[in-house]
Amino acid sequence: MVQGELTILVIDENAIRASIIEEGLREAGHSQVTVIHEVHGVARMIESLKPDVIIIDLENPNRDMMEHLFQLTRTISRPIAMFVDRSDTASIEAAVEAGVSAYIVDGLKKERVKSILDMAVSRFNAFSRLQRELAEARSALEERKVVERAKGILMKMRGLSEEEAFALLRQSAMNEKKKMADIAQSIVTAARLLL
Amino acid sequence: MNMMTKSIVSAPRVPAPASIRHEGSRVLRAGFIPLVDASVLIAAAEFGFAQREGLSLELVRDVSWANVRDRLAFRQFDIAHMLSPMPVASMLGLGSNPSPTITPLSLGRGGNAITLSTRLFARMQHKADLRDDASALENAQALARVVRSMKERGEAPLTLGMTYPFSSHNYEFRYWLAAGGVDPDTDVRLVVVPPPMTSDALAAGAIDGFCVGAPWNMVASERGVGRIVAAKQDIWPSAPEKVLGMRPEWADSKPDTVMRLLVALDAAARWCDEPENHDSLAEALADSRHISAPVDIIRHVLSGKFSLDAKGNSRVIQNYFTFHSDHAGYPRPSHALWIYSQMVRWGQVPYSEAGTAAAASAYRPDLYRAALGEEAAPADGDLRIEGERPDDRFMDGHIFDPGSLSNYVESFPVAWRKPHRQDEDT
Repeated sequence: MVQGELTILVIDENAIRASIIEEGLREAGHSQVTVIHEVHGVARMIESLKPDVIIIDLENPNRDMMEHLFQLTRTISRPIAMFVDRSDTASIEAAVEAGVSAYIVDGLKKERVKSILDMAVSRFNAFSRLQRELAEARSALEERKVVERAKGILMKMRGLSEEEAFALLRQSAMNEKKKMADIAQSIVTAARLLL
Repeated sequence: MNMMTKSIVSAPRVPAPASIRHEGSRVLRAGFIPLVDASVLIAAAEFGFAQREGLSLELVRDVSWANVRDRLAFRQFDIAHMLSPMPVASMLGLGSNPSPTITPLSLGRGGNAITLSTRLFARMQHKADLRDDASALENAQALARVVRSMKERGEAPLTLGMTYPFSSHNYEFRYWLAAGGVDPDTDVRLVVVPPPMTSDALAAGAIDGFCVGAPWNMVASERGVGRIVAAKQDIWPSAPEKVLGMRPEWADSKPDTVMRLLVALDAAARWCDEPENHDSLAEALADSRHISAPVDIIRHVLSGKFSLDAKGNSRVIQNYFTFHSDHAGYPRPSHALWIYSQMVRWGQVPYSEAGTAAAASAYRPDLYRAALGEEAAPADGDLRIEGERPDDRFMDGHIFDPGSLSNYVESFPVAWRKPHRQDEDT
């Protein structure tokens, strides 16, 4: 890079998401990247690091603290502005929607920073997708577990084989137009109450 | 976000006048921070006041004022619960994202207090022989004595929390400190702590005190970690608090929606003032969707019954919260100018005539009058001399004449001093 490297600070309480962002920045050729997970001590960090760009998640209640910090740094002539191009409302809205906010040093060329913000937005979105999928996978696993337990209860109580127990569960679910996991859950609950 | 099709769905009892049909969705997204002074918005959404005007309020809880500001600016919110200095700061171009914001309605008065750690308060009592019912000014003076002796002994300065650089809490905390003789810029360290974290931060010793809205002062005092030393009413009873914020271009493009909204919120505010409604209001506020705090504490806060500490010292503050009566909802421009005077006093912005005009333009009593009628507006004018009436004094006896703002700022012995500050920074 001809213009000199940008110093980037990523503040995210979510360590996994922060590392995804960091990786993206490094892939894009940025090597001056610092990641912190807690805002404790961020004031000193900003003073010593003098970052050109700060990326912070919007769920972080400490944004107000940063606002205060910038208000103070203003007096030592280090103006920091938010977002890349105020006229580019589409990309700003995309950022807010994705839950990421960025502060940049006033006067930085926007072409230099836009790609960073775009990358952060797409990684934030990818992370949300990942989390959604993870939650779905987790609930699928929970469902399988409860079906297993209901099967065990049926086998023991009614002297059924594993296949018969499974068939009974499936048939009941079809008859009652419910999910098999729901039927299994009521068996587990009933067994806990009755036995 | 223009949901024209949706505007016909939820039919109010009375058919909407033709004009509103051209204003798009009647569902308004309102951002708020979990605080008791979001009551008017919450009551309007929960108890049918918005619906009666053919509107639907979708409340969205947020975690920081910076978020509320940005989400309003970037159209994720139509309206927002805001600190009264936020629209003023936006019109002055202050902050990291100053996007024009106006307020046609104040969401009430009161609710703030200053709490110090029980440890620090014990030191003040010891040093200054403070009575348990000492006044806010006596408490501030006692703190000044402790601060001086800490300095002499070479102890680290106190760390005090507030909520946002452009907040009533920042200016009230500074006002109280300065009135007692403490310079908030050089004698102590002011930091920002998110309101729900104040009590924990105090307990952990990360801060020595804070100024924040209800119910967080009482949460700390009932836990026994803090002692309440001043309420907003002690500093200045009329002090502006939260306001309803909106984008000026949004207000211009939806005049009928704005009128309906103001009528709905005015009715909700009137309802919130009635003590017989406080149980229902407290329950709605305590709900996990809103403030998510113990309902008992919120009930006490609404009635103005204050536990000052966990030892049983208490105090009743008349009208600790006023949502409607005595023109609490009127966005009085002299309040915007008082906020500007404090911004100038503490070096956030230099004084100028253009600044005065910009600050005043954040408050829009014209919209209030248009919606609620001339008779709803106060008789004593938009640019009232503040702190003159016997029941509305500033704690240090100063009187604010909006017509001589810069003289007012000059009259304070403790204020931000430019040369002094530069010496410190270089």
